[in-house]
Formats: sequence, structure tokens, C-alpha cells
Amino acid sequence: MLIRLESRGGPSRWWAYGSPVLALVLTLVATAIIFAALGKDPGRSLYTYFVAPLASATARPELLVKAAPLVLIAVGLSLGFRANVWNIGAEGQYTLGAIAGGGVALFLPESESSLLLPAMIIAGALGGMTWAAIPAFLRTRFNANEILTSLMLTYVAQQLLIYLVVGPWKDPEGYGFPQSRLFQDAATSPIIVPGTRIHLGVLAAFIAVALGWLVLKKSAIGFQFRVIGAAPRAARYAGFNETRLVWLLLLLSGALAGLAGLFEVAGPVGQLTPQISPGYGFTAIIVAFLGRLNPVGVLFAGLVLALSYLGGEAAQIELGMPNAVTGIFQGILLFFLLACDLLILYRPHLVRAKPIEAVP
Amino acid sequence: MTGDSGQFVAALLTIISASTPLLLAATGELVTERSGVLNLGLEGMMLIGAIVAFATAVGTGSSTLGILAGMLAGSAAALIFAVLTLQFLANQVATGLALTIFGTGLSALIGSGYVGRGIEPLPRLYLPVLSNLPVIGPILFGQDALIYASFILLAGCSFFLYRTHAGLALRSIGESHDAAHALGYHVVGVRYLATLFGGAMSGLSGAYMSLAYSPSWSEGMTGGRGWIALALVVFATWRPARLLLGAYLFGAIAILQLYIQAWGWPIPSQFLTMLPYLATIAVLVLISSDRARVRLMAPACLGKPFYAAG
Repeated sequence: MLIRLESRGGPSRWWAYGSPVLALVLTLVATAIIFAALGKDPGRSLYTYFVAPLASATARPELLVKAAPLVLIAVGLSLGFRANVWNIGAEGQYTLGAIAGGGVALFLPESESSLLLPAMIIAGALGGMTWAAIPAFLRTRFNANEILTSLMLTYVAQQLLIYLVVGPWKDPEGYGFPQSRLFQDAATSPIIVPGTRIHLGVLAAFIAVALGWLVLKKSAIGFQFRVIGAAPRAARYAGFNETRLVWLLLLLSGALAGLAGLFEVAGPVGQLTPQISPGYGFTAIIVAFLGRLNPVGVLFAGLVLALSYLGGEAAQIELGMPNAVTGIFQGILLFFLLACDLLILYRPHLVRAKPIEAVP
Repeated sequence: MTGDSGQFVAALLTIISASTPLLLAATGELVTERSGVLNLGLEGMMLIGAIVAFATAVGTGSSTLGILAGMLAGSAAALIFAVLTLQFLANQVATGLALTIFGTGLSALIGSGYVGRGIEPLPRLYLPVLSNLPVIGPILFGQDALIYASFILLAGCSFFLYRTHAGLALRSIGESHDAAHALGYHVVGVRYLATLFGGAMSGLSGAYMSLAYSPSWSEGMTGGRGWIALALVVFATWRPARLLLGAYLFGAIAILQLYIQAWGWPIPSQFLTMLPYLATIAVLVLISSDRARVRLMAPACLGKPFYAAG
């Protein structure tokens, strides 16, 4: 038995949305097999991982808290990926946003001004933007591949953060731990929904989704993003300025990643430490693809991946499962998604005999 | 031997061992890319190779079995990539990233019981008589087997690519898969083999890290070396000989930071740790700014999916 592919002659709208669902189902099956291989009861593990966090009223708002940075970053990335601008270094831009925004609070320890948080938010966005401007400059001016440069800058950003929290910004009363002092009240995000940890970053994520959708669907520049990714040659003939688009997309995604970093340290974390991100910048890449590179889709995909973080934590505590399972789940999900996306363009057939031209 | 030359030899030895993982992984990726496949999953394959090699060596007591298991594991990881990109025509950039995320997670899971465990490093093979030569003796003839292997494999790949019919076929598939297909070459089959070879080399590179360089296992121990190896392939403009230069340049930079620290220069260690990453960016910029040259040297079908019409 062989699988033969037949072109659908055009992308299937149905499968564009069916593929992520099928990929999720297959990922759950694969995860259950991994749980069984680890000697855990698959049913109970899956429940702890994916259902229990949703079943408890206290945990449900946490889903939004975890999804906020993922969605913020992924909205920017999804616009970029559409135009073949591969910003893989969002993790670094997130870190720089946290450093720049958090730095404002640390430099003004006495400030209780209501303008302090807005200043931090602006600094956070600028920090992420600055970090993304480097790959933008290197690609447009020197033709250097932004995948590698933005990724290398992630390692540089991490070292910079460590330097600051063990060096000049270290908390003198922190018992020698590598961390800054806790931000004062005026430098922390207010809680929007009482009794939860839902902070301004969650609101920002929803705004980013709405604006991202408007830009993509309703604006001329969004049209250019779509064309340049789908038909780069046509875009060139149409006279779209590629340099300008690369700059725009990298600055935009950098600013959003920087905001995500700032809201995280001004919100749930409350200070600068080397562990301000459980890999949000990388997971957001999966969120962007799972959300079909569409801001609205990103919102749902962000919630799914946020669940994998919450479930991972729960499974670690309740089942003694290593936290690495989260990374495996995320990787497998992206694998299955990429495989299922074949169904958007091709219709598979089972055939008995070997056809003249088998599977490509 | 005087103290100075002893120190010099010691420095060179550390540079060689820091360069070897880069050279191994980049050699594999070079062959993969020459066939037209861009696999960004090096970091993931190296980590999987590192932990599987380490676990096997600890379990069996044989570092040879460990090395073989690491290579096999790297190939197995590359097989996932190959099926997705060659069979399911998935985007190669996205699939490579998925492989890195998956490999980082899987290696951490397998390795959770191995953190902090030590192992005997790979034995150095002292070639009789020759290794007693002053200065060059220990450098050229007193290394562990994988360091010799890295040179032999690079030379072998160079020979294969430029001096054999199969190598010519592989290069032509990377340059124009449609023309190669029309000539009757099995594009997908060759790309499978090239991708699996790249995976085995990344696995070998990981095995070197966990069995000889460290020798131990820690989460994410490759520290971006997979990405640096990817940049080295661009630096070498897809030519094996220049890979050697690039890998040793980066090995030297990695070791330089240790020496600067030892000399007591007042530079915080974090800035020294940044050096290899900054150097990677600098090197990429230098090479890539010559647009025409990169376009000429890069395999024309790099990263492009192939489907036979009909």
C-alpha cells in the first residue's frame, strides 16, 4: 500500500483549519504513548496535564497569564513569517525588553509616580525594538541571514541579563542570589481582574491581536506582507520596498517581544532574574504556526501552548514528571502540524500498486 | 620541553578539542546543504546524540558503543526531518526549528537521571614514536580517536563531493533538482541519505561533547554550537576546506575567553561568553555582504521543496 498525493489545485480552506485540530489530536496520542513509556498511567497523566488546569477555577485565569507573552510575541512573528522574515530571536528581544523596562524601575527606586509604569512599557518596547534592529540592519545592509543573527543575539542577551543581575543591578539584600531588587508598587502592573494574576500584559495581548488582525486584513501594508510571502517575485514587480518591509516587520515583532518581556517582569515575576522566561520566545514560533500565521488564530494557539506550560508544572508536582515533557509536547505538536499541513494542498490516496511516479 | 612551549602545546590542544564538535557537525550539514536540504535542527540532533551516547557509554561501559549509538540517534532525529520535508513537503525552516525544540526537550527528558554523573574521557591514542616528537608530537599524534576522525571525515567528504560520481550527482541535485531528476537521478533518495548523514555527524558531534569534551551530561550542553556550525557552513561558502579554517577560528575564540579570564583582565566573564556568538555574527556579515559571491556559491535549490510532476 502506498500513499499517492494528488494536488487539490489550490489550498483547501477547510483543511487550513482542520490541520491544527488533527495535529493536536495526533500529538495527544503521541504524548500518551510517551507517558506510557515513562511508566506513568497515560489516562491519569493526560488528565493532569491537559484537563486538571482547566477544571480548577483558580487555574483558569493562569492560562491567560501564561498565554499573554506567547500571544504578544507570536502576533509579531506571524506577520513576519508571512513575508519570509524569520525572526527566531524573539527570546532575546523579550530579554532586552525586560532589561530596558526593568532598568527604568531600578534607576528610579524612589519613584512612586503614576508615569513610571508607562515609561517602563515604552522602554520595554524600545529595548526589544533595538535588539531586533540589529538583525534588520545586518540583513538589509549586509545581506546577513536574520535567522542566525537574531538567534546569536539571544545568547548575547541572556549573558547581558546575567551580567546585570550578578553585577551592577544585583540586590544588595538578596542574600547573594542572582537577582535585582523587587520592583516598587508603582513599577508593577495593576491586577485587572481581582483575585487573579491577570495583569496589563493580558490586555496588551488582546489589543495586539485586534491591531494585528486589522493591519493584516484591512491595510495596504498588510496586503504587502501577504503578497511578499506568497509571491516574492510579483511583489518585486509591484515595486514593494523589501528593505522597508524587513525593517518594519523586525521592529514590530521586536517591540512586541520587548513588551512581553517587560509585562512579565513588571507582572508575575516582579524583578529581574536570569529565569524570566521558560522559552516563551521559542514557543511563540509554534504558536504562530499553530495559529495559521493569523493574529486571531494566534490567540487560540497561545491558549493551547499556555496549557502545555501549566500542565507541565502540574505534572512535575503531582506525577514527578520531568519538566522537559513540555518541550517534547511542543516539538511533536509542530512536527504533526507541519505534516498535516500537507492536506491543505494535497489529497492523499491509498493505492495498491506502485504508480508510475510514486510519492514525490 | 620548556615551560613556554608546554603552555603553547596545551593551548593548541584545548583549541583542537573546542573546534572538533563544530567541525563534525558542520561537515555533516555541508553535505546535507549541498544536496539542497537546509536542516536547522543541528542543535537538537547534537543534544540527542550527546545524551544517547552518554547514556549508552555509562550503561555498557563502552565508549565505542556510545559513539555509535549517538550517531544512530542523530540519524533517527534527522529521519523525522527528512520524512517531514521530503515526503510531506513541509517548510524546511519551520521543521528544523521544531527538531531543535523537540531535541532539546527529548534530551533533557532522557538525561534527567544522568546530570552530575562523570565518565572516563575518551582515551588519547598516542601513536608510537611520533607522539614523542617535541611540540608537534602531542598535537598531531596524541589526540583521541574522534579528533582524527573529524579530519578523516572532512577529507572524505571533500573527496566524495568533488572526486566521485555520486558526489557530482549530489551536488547537481542541490544545484537543480529538476534537471537532475530529468537526468534520472533519484532526487528524494539522495536527499534522504544526505540528511541522514548530516544527522549522524551531528550525533557524532554531540557524542564528542558528552564523551570527550565535557565529559558529562548537562541540559542544553551544546550551548548554541549547532547554530554556530550552521553559520560556519555559510562562512565556508559550502566548500569543505574552508570549514576547517572556520571551525578552528571559532575554537580559538572559545578558548581565548578562558585565557583572558586566566590572565585576570577586568572583563566580566559574561562578556567573554558572548564572544563566540558575536564572532559568528561578524563572520556572517563579512561573508554575506558579498551578495554575488554567496549567490554563486550557495546550492541554488537550498531549502526548496521538490515534487516530481506526474
